[in-house]
Amino acid sequence: MSINGKAYIAGAFEHPTRKAIDKSLAQLHAECAKGALEDAGLTKDDVDGYFCAGDAPGLGPLSLADYMGLKLRHMDSTETGGSSYLIHVAHAAEAIALGKCKVALITLCGRPRAEGMATGTAPRNYGAGTPDAAFEFPYAPTIVNMYGMCAKRHMHEFGTTSEQLAWIKVAASHHAQHNPKAMLRDVVTVEDVVNSPMISDPLHRLDCCVISDGGGALVVVAPEIARSLNRPLVKVKGAGEAPKHQMGGRVDLTYSGAAWSGPTAFEEAGVKPADIKYASIYDSFTITVLMQLEDLGFCAKGDGGKFVSDGNLISGVGKLPFNTDGGGLCNNHPANRGGMTKVIEAVRQLRGEAHPAVQVPNCDLALAHGTGGSLGTRHGSGTLILERE
Amino acid sequence: MMSEKRLMAAPIADPETQEFWDATRDGKFLVRYCNACSAPHHYPRTICPHCGSDDTYFKEASGNGEIYSFSVMRRVPIPYAIAYVTLEGTDISMMTNIVDCDFDSLSIGQKVKLVFSESEGDGPPLPTFTPA
Repeated sequence: MSINGKAYIAGAFEHPTRKAIDKSLAQLHAECAKGALEDAGLTKDDVDGYFCAGDAPGLGPLSLADYMGLKLRHMDSTETGGSSYLIHVAHAAEAIALGKCKVALITLCGRPRAEGMATGTAPRNYGAGTPDAAFEFPYAPTIVNMYGMCAKRHMHEFGTTSEQLAWIKVAASHHAQHNPKAMLRDVVTVEDVVNSPMISDPLHRLDCCVISDGGGALVVVAPEIARSLNRPLVKVKGAGEAPKHQMGGRVDLTYSGAAWSGPTAFEEAGVKPADIKYASIYDSFTITVLMQLEDLGFCAKGDGGKFVSDGNLISGVGKLPFNTDGGGLCNNHPANRGGMTKVIEAVRQLRGEAHPAVQVPNCDLALAHGTGGSLGTRHGSGTLILERE
Repeated sequence: MMSEKRLMAAPIADPETQEFWDATRDGKFLVRYCNACSAPHHYPRTICPHCGSDDTYFKEASGNGEIYSFSVMRRVPIPYAIAYVTLEGTDISMMTNIVDCDFDSLSIGQKVKLVFSESEGDGPPLPTFTPA
């Protein structure tokens, strides 16, 4: 059984806030839910399935079903960090295919800026019961130094350079200049990136994503509901998910779980990387994008540096337009989890609703990919392939 | 840039790993092995993550290794070098810090040797490495 064609993304909404001092976390979730449902032409009373992850307050789907007044017959709180929301779309399609629900709502929100969180530079403590905690936390693994180790190893094995990584930020900034809500709208050069302060070798400040509040929501619906709505039809065509970890100590930092979730999604969709017109690629750091592009099959392993250079990711210039909203590198990274916004921009592209300056002509096939957790230790990978009918 | 001493958080032992932390107090660094598949793993578990056997045991490591990858965290009050070190005679790498070193002389493949570092309060010593 396949989910290909069993569900459609009918609603998508990105919260406009980037710093939400004046809003509660539950309020942000409800505002995103309302936005996505209005986008679809539905109301909360149509929702019978709800999906959320670790960013949700309290008891997740219970707390938010209570807060928003949802009556549900299906819920799912799959938590794989920033990749959760891509996996939620896949799980929603599975649930719809099995008749467990017909209108699935997915929300993500967070306020790390309002809360003053040291997102990238302080080690995160997931609690004493976490089995790796005693063997890792004292060494102060942070988000940025974990990805720094990935970049360092990639450079060692494949000759990747800081200048090549910088092209990823350059491409994101070219897109962000057209997004009035983006946090970083100035177009930057390779020199700007490599001359920005070193945070954790070899990653500079401009190799890193922004830290933002906000969030987003998606509405995934059964085919007959999608056809009854006055919105472009964005079909879920294929999906893949996988965890990758240290493999009992057989650590290999040169690839991500996209090497597994990607091929699964392509097989289900019946398409190839060369068929993809637009890609949303998780961009917590420049190295994140480079590794995932290789693992998803857009180029051979080790060739990512060459692939991203010379503007190849810039819409209208390169072969693979990516993250045309500016992505996490320039636009926003709500709740430190960029998976939701990856899906939202892919939906905009497929509908033809991206900014005209970055809209990919005749964009009928898109990929969205997310990573959650840390490429340096353990992470979830979620890949979606979406098609406009 | 030379490393400075950074007080590391104390690891919290649990029933499964108490033996490992008791050993570091005795100056020994243990690696968990499996009798069924003969493979080492890290961090230590009672059930082998490679083959699923529960016939596992601790063995003292040589303390030698080489840097698999590293990154010097610079935008913090006391910069430090986080690393994965591949343990001699094994295919496994562990997260650690490289201490007592010149950050700018570190490289992937560099030989390193075990040196224990203090942890906060009365926590057990932590296995760290320094250039050999």
